[in-house]
Amino acid sequence: MDIDICIVAFSQSACLAQAGAANEVELIMPELEAVYRQVGISNAQDVDFVCSGSCDYLQGAAFAFVSGVDALGAVPPIQESHVEMDAAWALYEAVLKIRMGHAESALVYGFSKSSPGELPIVLSQQLDPYYLAPQWIDSISLAALQARLMLDRGIIELSDMAAVVASSRRCAIENKKAQLSGQFSVSDLLKEPEYVSPLRRADCSPISDGASAMIICTKSKAEEWNVPFARLVGIDHRIETHNLGMRDLTTSHSTRLVAEALSIHSDSLDIAELYAPFSHQQLILEKSLELRPETDINPSGGVLAGNLMMASGLSRVGEVFDRIVDGKASRGLAHATSGPCLQHNLLAILERG
Amino acid sequence: MSILLVQFLRVEGLVEDLFLQKEYELGFTYTRSTGPVVGKFLTGLKNKKIFGNRGSDGRVIVPPMEYDPETFQPLNDFVQVSDAGMIESWCWVAEPRPAHPSAVPFAWVMIKLDGADISMIHHVVTDEPSRVVTGARVKASWIDQPVGLISDIRYFVLEK
Amino acid sequence: MGDTNKETIDSIEAPIYLKYNFTAGLAPARFLSHLKKGILTGQRCPKCDNVYVPPRGSCPACGVATETEVVLGNKATVQSFTIVSIPIPGNPIEPPFIVANLVPDGANTSFIHLMSECVNEEVRIGQRVTAVWKPEEEWGFAMDNIRYFKPLDEPDIPVELIGHLSVNGEEG
Repeated sequence: MDIDICIVAFSQSACLAQAGAANEVELIMPELEAVYRQVGISNAQDVDFVCSGSCDYLQGAAFAFVSGVDALGAVPPIQESHVEMDAAWALYEAVLKIRMGHAESALVYGFSKSSPGELPIVLSQQLDPYYLAPQWIDSISLAALQARLMLDRGIIELSDMAAVVASSRRCAIENKKAQLSGQFSVSDLLKEPEYVSPLRRADCSPISDGASAMIICTKSKAEEWNVPFARLVGIDHRIETHNLGMRDLTTSHSTRLVAEALSIHSDSLDIAELYAPFSHQQLILEKSLELRPETDINPSGGVLAGNLMMASGLSRVGEVFDRIVDGKASRGLAHATSGPCLQHNLLAILERG
Repeated sequence: MSILLVQFLRVEGLVEDLFLQKEYELGFTYTRSTGPVVGKFLTGLKNKKIFGNRGSDGRVIVPPMEYDPETFQPLNDFVQVSDAGMIESWCWVAEPRPAHPSAVPFAWVMIKLDGADISMIHHVVTDEPSRVVTGARVKASWIDQPVGLISDIRYFVLEK
Repeated sequence: MGDTNKETIDSIEAPIYLKYNFTAGLAPARFLSHLKKGILTGQRCPKCDNVYVPPRGSCPACGVATETEVVLGNKATVQSFTIVSIPIPGNPIEPPFIVANLVPDGANTSFIHLMSECVNEEVRIGQRVTAVWKPEEEWGFAMDNIRYFKPLDEPDIPVELIGHLSVNGEEG
């Protein structure tokens, strides 16, 4: 990159199964206040660009993403944009804005109020509108078809999936924002009944309400603000065909392509935060990224411990940022996904400043 | 004077925090244009026939796609395939959701129809769930008066 | 008609119905709970002092939470209006009727409501109006607890003062 891009602030709310009455503005504001405080600014007037990620269909409130702007302080008018995607892609847009020289700093946020709707069914309507959406096949069932392919071909076993869950729950004990945590053994988890076979409930990320926010800027701006930062040294994404039958669902071709494009050097990653909404998908990602045993995978517990739809991808980047500025890691990888069965994947590499 | 008339009620004070909620339904009553490729497939269904088309690599894709995802070429070489095939993957839905196409427990399946190279997604209804396995043979059960929708295939049934 | 099955399909009906349990939001829920008691309220921004009605929980200009609730008057000023000549589907109100942007005394923003008991042709910007509430036993968590606003026999408010009246209708 010609322009060094730095992450200077991150905040995420707790992942709640039900955020109660709070609307989008009320979910977003505490996280915005937290990131403003981290860099010592007062509102969105103090950054050059704002980009958010959300999906109004989750809560069924038309133009909730526009209402969300009420949290920003947009008088006088600000430069603002939105992606109907996870906020990791809002981060991508903000990075482009800075790299093009159109901004020196940007606020990025995502919010999720999934509890008012039936999320797996809402997500069925993002599928191809002629062949799949009219069948109302939900996101959990599609993931189950993917897991079955892997089990049938001997790529993974049920105990491998349970081990992913056990690790997530264990790591999440340290994560105050997590929704699900605790000590569970693989055998305990395998004793649970099947949900949508071969998946058990624990193999599926929970449905969570909440929000996350981040501030990024040029290196000179970070120095001006005089705050600790992590360098965002690479970010890229790839998408695969919507036709699930044409994809090899047992691997992640698009993740491999991004990893190659970014030269992620998996041998020098201290941590990796992967957005795997289903346990077997973490195994797919670990393999596609050729992660080494030395890399600490999902130290936050990942999204199996709490999944803020439309914000979890940004939060993966934030979790890596937090650990770099805390000195727990020098180099980390963040992954975000979108679409059914890991259709669309984004990677970001962060390094100590 | 105005100060006497203005009351300030603190958030935590005189008013309890209410969790007001209301059930409602959002409806999007769209009519969708099919284009020639999807239209060919749906017209086939209306006549209880299943059409796919050949991808740039010669593989038969069912349902047909408008463009090849690898070469981006438009795809027009239509091929009729069988309405029977083999289960490639499946999952068992013990508790169907209200939106699901079956009210009784069923299996979502990826099916490779005979004559196709790419599997399609549909569902199997059976009272013998243990027979739903990868490799099992299934056949389409058509509704009596197809209209040109994917639901013209009521579901797939296990072959004897 | 025997050949209709052979006709090529070029469009399909693809209706989507999704069920939700809509939540009002903390600030709107408090606003609605006051309405249930027959009180119209707004929320004041701690930074710029603007009072918002209906409140959404934040000052959109400053981007800060608005936690101070303010009781507003029943009187309001017409900020803008339109005469509607077509019926609202599912609504018993008969056209022509007036839909107006009204700024209640003590608030700095307007909401949309109906006007009645007025001569449509005489409705004007700056006109003073007052709320006509439904009988108390019909009050729910809804804005239509106020059935409509009707004109007051008070002098018009100059345009530059609309949205800048105190709760007792005085300037500032």
